[in-house]
Formats: sequence, C-alpha cells, structure tokens
Amino acid sequence: MAGILAERRNRLLALKKMRQQGTAPAVEEKTCPSCGRVLHDDDLVNNQFVCPYCGHHFAIPARDRIKMIADDGQFRELDVALVSTDPLEFPDYPDKLAKLRSKTRQGDAIVTGIAKIGGVRVAVAALDTRFLMASMGAVVGEKLTRLIERATKQHLPLIVFSASGGARMQEGIISLMQMAKTSAAIQRFSDKGGLYISVLTHPTTGGVTASFASLGDIMLAEPGALIGFAGPRVIEQTIGE
Amino acid sequence: MSDKTDTLAPVDVLTAAQRVAIARHPGRPGVAEIIDALFTDFFEQRGDRSSTDDPSIMGGIARFHGRPVTVLGNRKGADIEERVACNFGMASPEGYRKAQRIMLAAQKFGRPILTFVDTSGAYPGLEAEEHGQGEAIARSIELMSSLTVPVISVICGEGGSGGALALAVGNRVIMLENAVYSVLSPEGFASILWKDSSRADEACEVMKLTADDLLELGIIDGIIPEPAGGAHENATALFQVLDTQLTRELEALSKMSPTALANDRYRKFRAMGATAVKRGRI
Ligand SMILES: [Zn+2]
Repeated sequence: MAGILAERRNRLLALKKMRQQGTAPAVEEKTCPSCGRVLHDDDLVNNQFVCPYCGHHFAIPARDRIKMIADDGQFRELDVALVSTDPLEFPDYPDKLAKLRSKTRQGDAIVTGIAKIGGVRVAVAALDTRFLMASMGAVVGEKLTRLIERATKQHLPLIVFSASGGARMQEGIISLMQMAKTSAAIQRFSDKGGLYISVLTHPTTGGVTASFASLGDIMLAEPGALIGFAGPRVIEQTIGE
Repeated sequence: MSDKTDTLAPVDVLTAAQRVAIARHPGRPGVAEIIDALFTDFFEQRGDRSSTDDPSIMGGIARFHGRPVTVLGNRKGADIEERVACNFGMASPEGYRKAQRIMLAAQKFGRPILTFVDTSGAYPGLEAEEHGQGEAIARSIELMSSLTVPVISVICGEGGSGGALALAVGNRVIMLENAVYSVLSPEGFASILWKDSSRADEACEVMKLTADDLLELGIIDGIIPEPAGGAHENATALFQVLDTQLTRELEALSKMSPTALANDRYRKFRAMGATAVKRGRI
C-alpha cells in the first residue's frame, strides 16, 4: 500500500513539474459533462483527469496519458514523424490532417513508446480522441504493429490504452485492413508468450473494438466507458433499437 | 488472374453505384448455390458448440474435385423466410464463433479453407453487443491470420466492414467483378461523414470499393469476370470461371508448408497501408 501511495505521489509530482514548465496538459472541458460542476484545470490534473465530485473520467491526450503512468513521467516515443499518405486521395483530408497535426503536435491519432512502470520496461501505446475521434487509419495500424513487433522481439509486456470512433472513413478499405494487420501482430506476440494489457477508455467502438482492443490477456475499462462494435448511432440507424 | 475472357465480356462502363446494386441483387448466387455447384459431398456443420446456431454463417466439409476442403460463407437466404432467419446475411457473434470452430477443425485435419463473403456487415443489434460482437470478430481475424492451411477468400457480393473481414483473411483474396468491399456500407459512410445517407451514390464513387479499385490498391489478388449484366444473369458461366480460378489458386497454395502459409498471410496483411515520414516539425 505504501508503495502505491509513493508511486501516486511521484506521478502527481511529475504532473506538477509539467505544469511549472508550462507543458502541462491543457484541459478543454471546464464543466464536467456528468455532474455539471465547473472544474479548474488544477482540480482535474491533480486528480488525474477524474472529476473529484462524481468520478467522471475525462479524455486524456495520448502523451499525457503515457506520462501519467510512466516512472518519472518519462518515456521514449517511437515513430514520431509517421504520417498518412492520404491513400484514397480523399477530398479535404490532407488539410484536416495538417490542422490536427499542428493542434496536437502528433503525427496521427496514436502515440507509441517504451516506458518503465514500477521499474519494468513496457511497450505502451495510447490513442487520442482529439485526432479524428482516434479513428484507425494506416498510421495508427502501422505504429501499433511496429510497437507490437518490437515488444515481441524484446519480450516486453504490451499496454494499449484504446479509444476510438472506429475505422478512419477517409482511408476507407485501408483502414479496414489495419484490423487484420494489428490482430495478426497481437496473435504472434501472444503466441510467443507476451503479456498484453488492453485498457479500454471512453469511447472504444468500431474496428478498434473488433480487433486489437478486444484481444488482451487482461482487459481493463474506465468506469462508464462506452465499449461496443457498433456505436449507439449506428445501432439506432440500422435497426432502430 | 484478372484476364477477362471473350465469352464473358464485362461491361466496363458501370459506375460504382451500379456495381453496388448488382452486388445486392436478390438473384445473385450466394454461398449455398456456390457450394451446390462447385463442391460435392457437402456436410454442414452447425452451431457454435456453446449456445446456438446462426444460419447467416454457412459452413462445413465438402470435396472440391475430390479433395476434402472446408467451405464457409455468409448466407443471405433465398426467399423472404430464409432471409429473415439469416438476418439478411448479418451474422451474430455466435455466427463468428461457429466459423472459428469450423476453421479450427479444418486446421486440425489439414483441410484447405475456402470462404465466400457476402454480407453488408455484422449484425449491429443490442443483443449482438451484449454477446461480444467486437470480440467475436477480433478472434476470427486473429485466428485466420495464424492458420497453417491454405485459405482462399472470395468476395462474392457485398464485403461490408469487419463483419466481412472476419471471413476474409486469406492467402488469396479474390473478388467477383461486380462485388464490392468496403469499410462500411455507402449509406453508413455518407451518414457518418456527411450526416446525409441519401448521398450514398456519391459515397460509392469516393470510397474505392469496386474490384478494379481494390486490385489497384493492392487489397485483392485478382478478379473473377462475371457474365454481362451480372452473375445472376448466367450463374452457370460464372461457376465455371470460379471453379477454374479456385483450382489454380488451391494448387499453388498446396505446395506451401504450414509455416510458409501462415507467414505468407502475415506478410500480406502486414504490408497493407503505406505511411510516410514527415520531415521537420510535426
Ligand atoms: Zn463530475
């Protein structure tokens, strides 16, 4: 218990340091969507992005998510500069990507890297809902697959924080194939005895639920997270339930 | 593979939306008709061995030119009664779990697997969610990627989203000329992206869902030409061409070792989805 408390203290100190350096995560929501109370940035950051009044879990930017769980808030990020090739030459898509890249300082909707948690080296990934609802296109599929293959080779445990609206519509069938690519990589990782912890955050739906996110040895979910294959909107539209 | 023969002169001028209409034609031959025409001694395997039988997935053991194989596909149903029973070809988690146990049996006994894909997508109902639709599809994809027997997947009509991919992780993936294969139905695509499902025809054009588009994108390996007007106009002619192609593909794959087959499939899907490295600051 003392160990857990010490670790929690370390993480809070890491966040405090980030705030002092001006690199603290910016929280966009100020009003808790669950209980309606107005929250200050500090309240949220100090409470690890959980509403101190009602326990609502806020979305967390991918890099902050990893820093919050990594020892000393440190991790080595991989494939930072990997970006989409706009494979279907989809109208307005490159513009949208460029804007999101400069807003989030991320190449796409996922951040991957190597971190230590409690002294144990792990391969870790987090998806980011600020980037086209963390939809999975070629970059998400490729970065995750590279991470899984690295974890397989180096015998590292794998932790993936999923969140997703599903497949990246603008990359069409290429997005669909990322389900096969990532699931096949997980299969090989698992076959070699690798431990995969899949953490489902709000919301995890569509092609991500129907591939790597559902294949964990241990599956954890945020309280109240929406998890499903079809989102409620699709269910409603398709069959009226 | 995509050589088109004179006897089956294809109409090249069809729009993507027209091909979607042909792919959905109620008279289009489905998995039951294909099994009937191309295979002998079909022995149907039913049920997922834990709760129920989903008739929208049809599978079993059969002979293909005398050789034991496993066949598997989406069944939409021939008449309205069957269509309702088959949920219009939208499989439940139980259907995908049935497919998994049928594929595992095929692997155990070294039988090649031939899948015939024709679904608008997996069933998106509340009960399907409660029974783990996402997990069932994920497990099917994961299993298929690791199989040590030859796997040939044919997209016959509609190949809709993860529900189609769950039966389509093949060493060879081929499409009938007027089949379509996409991340989502054109209606769903239009409503998600433009909040307007009436723009489905427009969606068909930008989605790159025709066999020609997908061959060009490197998603499929070949195209089976259809009779003019579509497969429903002359199913017998289609079956002949399909039979020839399947025989050829199966022969080639049968020369590969179990490990080579699994590696081949891994590499195939591993290569899908090019990315770029951006210079300078992200
Ligand atoms: Zn609250």
